[in-house]
Amino acid sequence: MKVDLTVNGKEITADVEDRMLLVHFLRDVADLTATNIGCDTTSCGACTVLFDGESVKSCTVLAAQASGHEITTVEGLASNGVMHPVQRAFHEQHGLQCGFCTPGMVMAIVSLLRENPHPTEEQVRAGLEGNLCRCTGYHNIVRAALAAAEVSS
Amino acid sequence: MIPASFTYKRAASVDEALDLAAEYGEDAKYLAGGHSLLPLMKLRLAAPEVIIDLGELHDLSFVADLGSRLAIGALTRHHDVEHSELLTRELPLLAHAAGQVGDPQVRHRGTIGGSVAHADPASDLPAVLLALDATVVARGTDGSREIPIGEFFQGLFETVLEPDELLTEIRVPKPAAGSRGWSFQKFTQRAIDWAIVGVAVQGGAVALINMAGTPLRAAAAEAALAGGAPPDGAAAHAAEGTSAASDIRASREYREHLARVLVSRALTEAASRT
Amino acid sequence: MSIMGTRVIRTEDPRLLTKGGVYVDDLRTPELDQAARLTFVRSPFAHARIKGIDASEALSAPGVVAVLTVRDMDDLGPPPPPGDEGSEAAPMPLGGAWAEPLLAVDTVRFVGEPVAVVITDGHYQGEEAADLVNVDYDPLPAVVGLGSALTDETLLFPDAATNVALTNPVPTDDTAFDACEVIVERDIVNQRVACVPMEGRATAAVYSDGKLTVWLSSQNAQISRFILAGALGMPPDQIRVIVPDVGGGFGAKVGIDRDGLIVAWAARKTGRALRWTETRSENLVGMTQGRAQLQHIKIGGNRDGRILAYRLEAIQDTGAYPRMSGFLPFMTFLMAPGVYDIPEVQAGYRVVVTNATPISAYRGAGRPEATAAIERAVDLFAAEIGMDPAEVRRRNFVAPDRFPFQTKTGAMYDTGRYEEALDKALAAAGYDELRQEQERRRAAGGVTQLGIGVSAYVEITAGDGGDETAKLIVNDDGSATVYTGSSPHGQGHATAWAMLVQDELGIPMDQVTVLHGDTDLIPIAVGTFASRSLQLGGSAVHKAAIEVKDEARHGAAEMLEAAEADVVLDTSTGVWQVRGDPDTALSWGQVAGHASGGSLVADVSFRQDRPTFPFGAHVSVVEVDTETGQVRMLRHVTVDDAGRVLNPVLTEGQRHGGIAQGAAQALLEEVLYDVDGNPQTSTLADYAAISAPDLPSFELVDSQTPTTLNPLGAKGIGEAGTIGSTPAIQNAVIDAVSHLGIRHIDMPATPQRVWMAINAAQKARAEKGSDQ
Repeated sequence: MKVDLTVNGKEITADVEDRMLLVHFLRDVADLTATNIGCDTTSCGACTVLFDGESVKSCTVLAAQASGHEITTVEGLASNGVMHPVQRAFHEQHGLQCGFCTPGMVMAIVSLLRENPHPTEEQVRAGLEGNLCRCTGYHNIVRAALAAAEVSS
Repeated sequence: MIPASFTYKRAASVDEALDLAAEYGEDAKYLAGGHSLLPLMKLRLAAPEVIIDLGELHDLSFVADLGSRLAIGALTRHHDVEHSELLTRELPLLAHAAGQVGDPQVRHRGTIGGSVAHADPASDLPAVLLALDATVVARGTDGSREIPIGEFFQGLFETVLEPDELLTEIRVPKPAAGSRGWSFQKFTQRAIDWAIVGVAVQGGAVALINMAGTPLRAAAAEAALAGGAPPDGAAAHAAEGTSAASDIRASREYREHLARVLVSRALTEAASRT
Repeated sequence: MSIMGTRVIRTEDPRLLTKGGVYVDDLRTPELDQAARLTFVRSPFAHARIKGIDASEALSAPGVVAVLTVRDMDDLGPPPPPGDEGSEAAPMPLGGAWAEPLLAVDTVRFVGEPVAVVITDGHYQGEEAADLVNVDYDPLPAVVGLGSALTDETLLFPDAATNVALTNPVPTDDTAFDACEVIVERDIVNQRVACVPMEGRATAAVYSDGKLTVWLSSQNAQISRFILAGALGMPPDQIRVIVPDVGGGFGAKVGIDRDGLIVAWAARKTGRALRWTETRSENLVGMTQGRAQLQHIKIGGNRDGRILAYRLEAIQDTGAYPRMSGFLPFMTFLMAPGVYDIPEVQAGYRVVVTNATPISAYRGAGRPEATAAIERAVDLFAAEIGMDPAEVRRRNFVAPDRFPFQTKTGAMYDTGRYEEALDKALAAAGYDELRQEQERRRAAGGVTQLGIGVSAYVEITAGDGGDETAKLIVNDDGSATVYTGSSPHGQGHATAWAMLVQDELGIPMDQVTVLHGDTDLIPIAVGTFASRSLQLGGSAVHKAAIEVKDEARHGAAEMLEAAEADVVLDTSTGVWQVRGDPDTALSWGQVAGHASGGSLVADVSFRQDRPTFPFGAHVSVVEVDTETGQVRMLRHVTVDDAGRVLNPVLTEGQRHGGIAQGAAQALLEEVLYDVDGNPQTSTLADYAAISAPDLPSFELVDSQTPTTLNPLGAKGIGEAGTIGSTPAIQNAVIDAVSHLGIRHIDMPATPQRVWMAINAAQKARAEKGSDQ
């Protein structure tokens, strides 16, 4: 079927299988490989992207459902080569190690801070319940989210 | 993991959705937010031949004050239920519980109607709506009918909805004065997990999550409470009439124990909120 | 000022944060443009005979290129299975009757074992085609759990005539125990856990013109090349292994495993470029898992707190194939006495096969099991004599003036200040105030009780002693390139190695490129495991920098017509000059340009004579809801001393991650099987991987006791957090309910398990009460 998505501000039209998952559309059709797949059960959040500005798990959305909508991946976050405050905070706070969960984590936090610009540590942790990281123990990811909130205030 | 092949149809209106459902019958499944159905399809536990996407039926996403009742469109997302000012004021139990479903990403996609129609006894909102004495509105090609939620759930993943019917709306009576106290107790191992056991209390109504094949009311506890028993006294009856399963997270015995503890806590908290 | 020991943020991050890493599945290299997808057909049975495989239906499915089974492996010799030969003390794998095939021959021994592969043109076609491969299984009784294995009623390997693959018997001399006033003895479960790197296993392979190229998510490109050469019967120089970004390893990606070898073989067999990226459901049954020991401990001592004798008998569940059969429990054996100077230590182990996923290294690899056992034993002993557990530890530590310290199990601890580490941790935690708070809560009799747990640990890093390679080139533009044998997967090698170069040579970090994980560039190396990178790989870079500096000094002296002794390098600017004469300044580029070939090169291997022994102490504070059994971590305070710190940002990150994985084992994670050997935790919905709301922020206390075994003074930090945290948290949970008469709760301390312990204790008290 024909789908028509706006990904990181760019319109992409493609003929895909009806069952194609959004995450595969991003990786294999749009060739944006930052968004990773870490599980089969909507559990890990590695594939988190923004769907019309809100975080979703792109492994549990059909490309067809996203047709006509705007998708933002971590590749679309920086503007003019300047990192988004959340990306910068991850760098400064050492919020990533292997980097695999990172794009999903960053997008989850971007969405979280849009909804709650000044979260407490507990709210950040609760807001990341759907994103797993195996390297950082979450400590510096939480620091990064709080630092990014601080910067934007 | 990817779903088995299917044909995707996007409904532009409720009527079109009903027509598509009539056309494809049992082979078709409605897809709302997709956060119950797509995971099952990826694990090949469900393999519908046709998917009817309701995602663009924006007129089914609303919260409305009907006077003595509130109406919530079936496609209202958990996120929107959680943040609805009207619901936060009038039905804080529902707004709060919607904020406990899944994780933020799930709440950005999942809908109240999808959650109810999926009829998973481990899911939060069916039991909450049971405690609230909600009514489900189903529309078929012949018109709409209202179904009391107590009659809606038939078993594990089974409801009274006919294949050609679409759940369009949920109506909830505003709690009467004296029944405004509420509590939601969701017991999980990790925040993201389904409830091992959950309890929703509104006034004197007590509903249980994951204590049987359907969400159910803790009738014996409610009766004891109505008879004047204190929270812990009433809660001692919380597991009566339940048929909880044993699984890797909890034995039936532990679930029954949790039901008693959580009902006691919920009734105490609800009493503090009246 | 030296950059060493300063907080430098990572050079790796901007790329990972803006474009994402390039993991195997992200590769868009031209060789893989037309790559077909490989999908495994895996055993759904824990134990079964294969009567036949019918691929006809699958072969006619859309997009199917080939279906391959063991019958197609006629180009391979009999299995030398994956792995290296290990040492005499720890032979691995065993081979012979215990040999592990690549694709199953006639028997499957765990759910998830590879039986066949399906190769399809399209990504989405593989899963369906794999379902169409009709394998005729004849189920056999499954050996589930160690109890069932030890009866030998059902044998996994009938030719071996037993399920016990290896025995290192524990001495049974009770003399030392007989002299003790108090003895405590019990079984302790160190449960099976899954490694769960966020990126699962992934392999891509191309065979063309007699040369095999394998892209692999691995901790060791070079070891993988030799395993591939052995398994496929190819000369190593015909094989190139490339390790791109790796999304976590934690021990489960050491080398290349069976599944990866099959992908490489299938690429050679079919002549097609192939890709395989496992799903999480495959990962949770197919990737090796960790821990899985049943331990019997016996500890004896006197009421003054002195421990006189300790015995540890471990039964290692090694899963269906003894891949790391001897190594893991050998490490447990070696580290059995922990930080204590105990006059009599007896340890031994048996390695037992079961119809479960094979066990291998997982963050700590045998040492967390040792620490968990001794730290639980010390708490049990403390409870028995009614002494504060911290005080019991103090009375038994190896004293600081005893190093190097030879243990009863044969380890030679290099340096350590165990009591100081504990005291620092207790002070940071406010231990006395916590105990008072605990008393208050107990007296008030509330639902939520406080638990305080302590652990003191020593562990072994670079356990192979061993060596690592580094090549350093300074180019005529003044930049430097490091070819390292270490293999990063999140640790921050590129940052750390650039710091080492800047510190020694004054070449700024942003002029230093670090390359790794390509056997064409770096043919000889060991890679990353056993927390060995900085002490071996880093020391190699350091050594290479010194060699380059010597060569440069020689060249600069020539250029300046000065004596070498008069030529100096200003490492803050990277400028060479004759001492005291700024007019003679030469840049690195000028000096390198002067050298033959226009660059300065040092190609070195660094060898460390012995392993190093990091140590530390953790204090865990938890709340336990005594009605539901739910545990909440409130605080976690740690001292993790791994010698001199190169970059605190990186070592803290390693500690954080380690603490969380240790907490996960203590509280949440466990691989479960049903009675027939079917996995119950094969998705991340069922396997309770630890998440952000389950954890508090961690409180880290700095402590640096350098080792003398390498020039950096560094020990390994990668596994310390995991080793220290698990027993501290487990001890805290038990401490929270100890006033109810509870002495032990096995891990993971799930709500149900804690509630059952409380329930049993209450019943026992009630019965005791009614007897009186």
